[in-house]
Amino acid sequence: MKTYGRGLRGLSLVTVLTITVAFALVFFYAPLDANQGFIQKIFYIHVPLAITALCGFVFGGVLGAMYLRTGERKWDIRSYVAIHMALIFGIGTLFTGTIWAKASWGHWWVWSDPTLTSFLIVMLLFATYQPLRFSIEDPERQSRYASVFAVVAGAFVPLNFIAVRLAQPYVHPRVLTLTGGNLPGPMRLTFVVALLGVALLYVTLWKYEMAAKSTRMQVRALRRALLGEDAIAPLKRSAAPS
Amino acid sequence: MSTLVLHLAVAPALPLHSAGKYVAGAYIAFVAILLIYVGIMATRLGRTERELDELRRDVLARQQSSGDPTADDADREREGVV
Repeated sequence: MKTYGRGLRGLSLVTVLTITVAFALVFFYAPLDANQGFIQKIFYIHVPLAITALCGFVFGGVLGAMYLRTGERKWDIRSYVAIHMALIFGIGTLFTGTIWAKASWGHWWVWSDPTLTSFLIVMLLFATYQPLRFSIEDPERQSRYASVFAVVAGAFVPLNFIAVRLAQPYVHPRVLTLTGGNLPGPMRLTFVVALLGVALLYVTLWKYEMAAKSTRMQVRALRRALLGEDAIAPLKRSAAPS
Repeated sequence: MSTLVLHLAVAPALPLHSAGKYVAGAYIAFVAILLIYVGIMATRLGRTERELDELRRDVLARQQSSGDPTADDADREREGVV
């Protein structure tokens, strides 16, 4: 059985270090934005959270496809944890985004902005993932249907992103484009370090969650092997793979 | 090290006027979500530890009831681990 805890200590330290450096760069190195001023500092946490959350949803879809291809339960568990973590990062994106919107636009939410609304649609779509799992009692069917959902919804994420990018007009600031964007050097460096820190945080928390799930399953398997099936209390209905 | 100190000394003071509370709010929200998650993980870890402890006690009880001579060794080993 794979041990997800391997290398976790080192990864955690690197993550903490990268996030600390990123925060130091945000507040002591990156210059103030000429247009938005101090409010723009939210950008360094909001955008990395959004990018990581969206990548996490796609990652969950890829892992779901691996389950459908191989039929091995480990891929379903990995897909479940990837989507679970991406949802948490997505909630962080919504919180930081609404705070920025209030400070910059004077409103907590602007429905006419395609980026905000499309991100909410993606979040609501993936918010149905757990209830979908919970509604299916048979573990095999639960894994299969959830993986199909993860693949389809994961494919929807980049399509949605491209559609929003092509939409005109938009009011959301555009700082990262295919032609290089318009971030000056110090701001770009700070953003890249912040993005790396948040991405590392995602990987670290994913590994933590996988290690916790794997340990719990091993304890149950040991109990079953040593004391027999009667020693195991039947699992309650759950959205999480068991 | 001295370069870092010099850099920090010339760094502009944080302009914590009207925008400061929003920036602080966004970063606090990020840390709060992280701490809530860590709290939930800690609760789950506690549950797994309880299950493991229960399993260890069950195994010891079975070994002792069947007169297994290694049961005492296992008991000593457990104390060493804890």
